[in-house]
Amino acid sequence: MKSFKQHTGLVAPIDRANVDTDMIIPKQFLKSIKRSGFGPNLFDELRYLDEGFPDQDNSQRPLNMDFSLNQPRFKGASILLARENFGCGSSREHAPWALDDYGFRVVIASSFADIFYNNCFKNGLLPIVLSKDIVDSLFLAVDANEGYELLIDLEQQRIDLPDGTSLSFEIDAFYKQCLLEGLDEIGLTLQDKESISAFEQQWRKDSPWLFDVL
Amino acid sequence: MAGKTLYDKLWDSHLVKQRDDGSALLYIDRHLLHEVTSPQAFEGLRLAGREPWRIDANLATADHNVPTTINERAGGIAAISDNVARIQVQTLDDNCEAFGITEYKMNDAGQGIVHVIGPEQGATLPGMTVVCGDSHTATHGALGALAHGIGTSEVEHVLASQCLVAKKMKNMLVRVDGQLGLGVTAKDVVLAVIARLGTAGGTGYAIEFGGDVFRNMSMEGRMTVCNMAIEAGARVGMVGVDDITLDYVKGRKFAPKGELWERAVANWQTLHSDDNAVFDAVIEFRGEDIQPQVSWGTSPEMVLPVSGVVPDPEQMDDPVKREGTARALSYMGLQAGQALTDIKVDRVFIGSCTNSRIEDLRAAAEVAKGRKVAANVKQVLIVPGSQAVKAQAEAEQLDQIFIDAGMEWREPGCSMCLAMNADKLGAGEHCASTSNRNFEGRQGNGGRTHLVGPAMAAAAAVAGHFVDVRELMSNETA
Ligand code: SF4
Repeated sequence: MKSFKQHTGLVAPIDRANVDTDMIIPKQFLKSIKRSGFGPNLFDELRYLDEGFPDQDNSQRPLNMDFSLNQPRFKGASILLARENFGCGSSREHAPWALDDYGFRVVIASSFADIFYNNCFKNGLLPIVLSKDIVDSLFLAVDANEGYELLIDLEQQRIDLPDGTSLSFEIDAFYKQCLLEGLDEIGLTLQDKESISAFEQQWRKDSPWLFDVL
Repeated sequence: MAGKTLYDKLWDSHLVKQRDDGSALLYIDRHLLHEVTSPQAFEGLRLAGREPWRIDANLATADHNVPTTINERAGGIAAISDNVARIQVQTLDDNCEAFGITEYKMNDAGQGIVHVIGPEQGATLPGMTVVCGDSHTATHGALGALAHGIGTSEVEHVLASQCLVAKKMKNMLVRVDGQLGLGVTAKDVVLAVIARLGTAGGTGYAIEFGGDVFRNMSMEGRMTVCNMAIEAGARVGMVGVDDITLDYVKGRKFAPKGELWERAVANWQTLHSDDNAVFDAVIEFRGEDIQPQVSWGTSPEMVLPVSGVVPDPEQMDDPVKREGTARALSYMGLQAGQALTDIKVDRVFIGSCTNSRIEDLRAAAEVAKGRKVAANVKQVLIVPGSQAVKAQAEAEQLDQIFIDAGMEWREPGCSMCLAMNADKLGAGEHCASTSNRNFEGRQGNGGRTHLVGPAMAAAAAVAGHFVDVRELMSNETA
C-alpha cells in the first residue's frame, strides 16, 4: 500500500452534509472488476450534466460548472474538505478508490461514516476529523482565498495553514502506523498465523456446529 | 460486576488477539461473497500469491446485478445483455471455481440476495461472526450473530487470514416496549428509529434491539430491522436469541442436526444481554406511538408518519439542516407543507434484502388481493429475495395475486434496490420502495425514492399515491 507521511496540496470543498457513497461513485461504475480507473467518474452525477455509463469517453461530456471540482480554481486539488457524515451508505471501496484515482490524498470532514473511514486507510487515503467549527472556518477560508493550500503532517498529526497557524488532529495509533509505513495489513495479520491457528483449533472444539457445514 | 451485552459476549468469544495499539484480531466464522465487491479481492490474493485460509467458511452468490426478467435469466450468464454485469457475474463463478468456494450461481435453487439466503439456508447461525462486502450484513444479527459489512480490502483480508482487524464498538440498546398497532410493521419501526437517531446517530455503536416489540417479532421482521442499522450509522444490529430464533433455524439446510443441534442450542440460549449489562446509550420508544412511515427526502432519516406533511426548511435553525432539506425538496420535487398522501407514485418496488422475504410478500399480497394497480402507476415490480422465497410464494399462489393486480412477478436479485441492472427509475419518477436507501440517484439517475414497508408499497400501488394502509385494511373489515 502507498505510504503517507506528509502532503501539501490544494483544498477543494464539497459543501454538503451526508455525502454518500452513491454520490461519490454511482453504482453503474461498480461493475468494473478492477481497482483503478474510477477517477473520471468521481461524483459523476454532481460533476456532469448528463448520465454517465461505464467505458465512456468522459472528456466529451457536458460539465456542471456549478460543481466545485469543475471550477478552474480547484483544478489539481488533492485535499477534499467536506461536512458531517461523509461517506455514508454502502460499503463500496470503490469510493476511496475513486477519490484516490482522481488524485485526492486527504479528506477533511467533521465526521465520517465508519466503513468509509476504515476503507480510506486501506488505500493510502488519510481521513481527518476536525470539529464542526474548524471545518466551518476552513470552508470560509477556502472560499475567500484562491489557491488555498494546506500542509498535512501525519507523523506530527498537524495541519499547517497558509496564515502560519497550525491545527492538530487525532488519529488511531494503528491506522497511523499502517499509513506511515504503507504496511500490508494482511501481511501484518499473518505474522500472527500461529495465534489464529491455535484459536481456530480450540474454537472448532468448543463450537463444532459452526464448522464443516458448507 | 456489570454483566455483558450480547455484543460483548460475541466479541469476547471471537477475540484472537488484542493488539497493543487498540486494534484486535477477530475470528470470522462465515464470509459471504457476491459479484460486486469480490473480484478485486480475489485479484489481490492472486497477486500476492496467497491462498484462502479456510475455504468452507465462505459462501458466494450472484445477486447485485443479475437480470430479473425470466427471459433474460433463462439464457444463463451468456444471455445477460449488460456487458459489464455479465463479466462480473462470470468472474464470480470463475473465482469460486478456481478457489473451490461454494457458490449459489445465478439460476441455482439456493440463489438469492446474499442477506436473504444466509439465514434461509442456515449458513448464518446464532453465535457466529459474519462478514460480507456489503453494508447490509447487519441483517444476520437478527439471529444473534455478530455481523457487519466490510470493504473489499477487508474481503481480501478475511479470505487470507479468517480474521478481521477490528476495534470494539460501543453498546447501544434500542428498546421498543408495548405493542405495535394494526398495520404497523418492522420496517416502520426501524424507519422511526432512524428518524430519531439520524443517519449518523449510531456511528461507532453496535445496536441491540430489545423490548417487547422485538421479542414478539418474527425472524423476518427482526431481519428487516437489523438490516437497516447501517442507515442509522451502525455497522452492527442484533437481537438476542430466543425460541423464535431457534424455531427459525431448526431444520435449515446447513443448521446442525441431532446431537450437535442439542449442544448448539444449549450454547445459543446464552446469547442475549445479561440483565445487569450496561449499555453506553439507551434509546426508548413505545410501540403504540409508531405509525406507518414514508420517507420524503434523500436520506433515510428524512422520514415521517404517513399522516405527516413535507417539512419546511425555512422553519429550521441549523443552516446545514436547512440547506440539506431545501436541496432534498428540490431533488424530490416536493413542496413544504404538502401532505405525504398527496405524493403521486410512478413506480413501485417490492423487494431488496430489507423486505423481500415471504412474510413481506404475504403482507403486500394481502393488500393487492382483489385490487388493481392505479392507472397512473407505470410499473410495479415484485422481486422475491431468493429462489426459495419465490418457490414458497408460488406455492401459496401469491404470484397470481400480484399478476392479477397488474404487477410484475420477477426473478430473485437486488434489482431496483440499487438499479445496477435494467430495473430502474426514470428521472423525476417517484417510487414507493421497500428498499433501504433513498439517496439521490440510488434507483436510477434523477429517480425519487420513498422508503416504505411492503404493505404500504402495495397500498400506494393500488391507490396511485401514498395512503395509510390501515384505511384499506379497515375497508376490508367494515
Ligand atoms: S438488496 Fe440492495 S441493499 Fe440489499 S444487498 Fe442488494 S443492493 Fe445491497
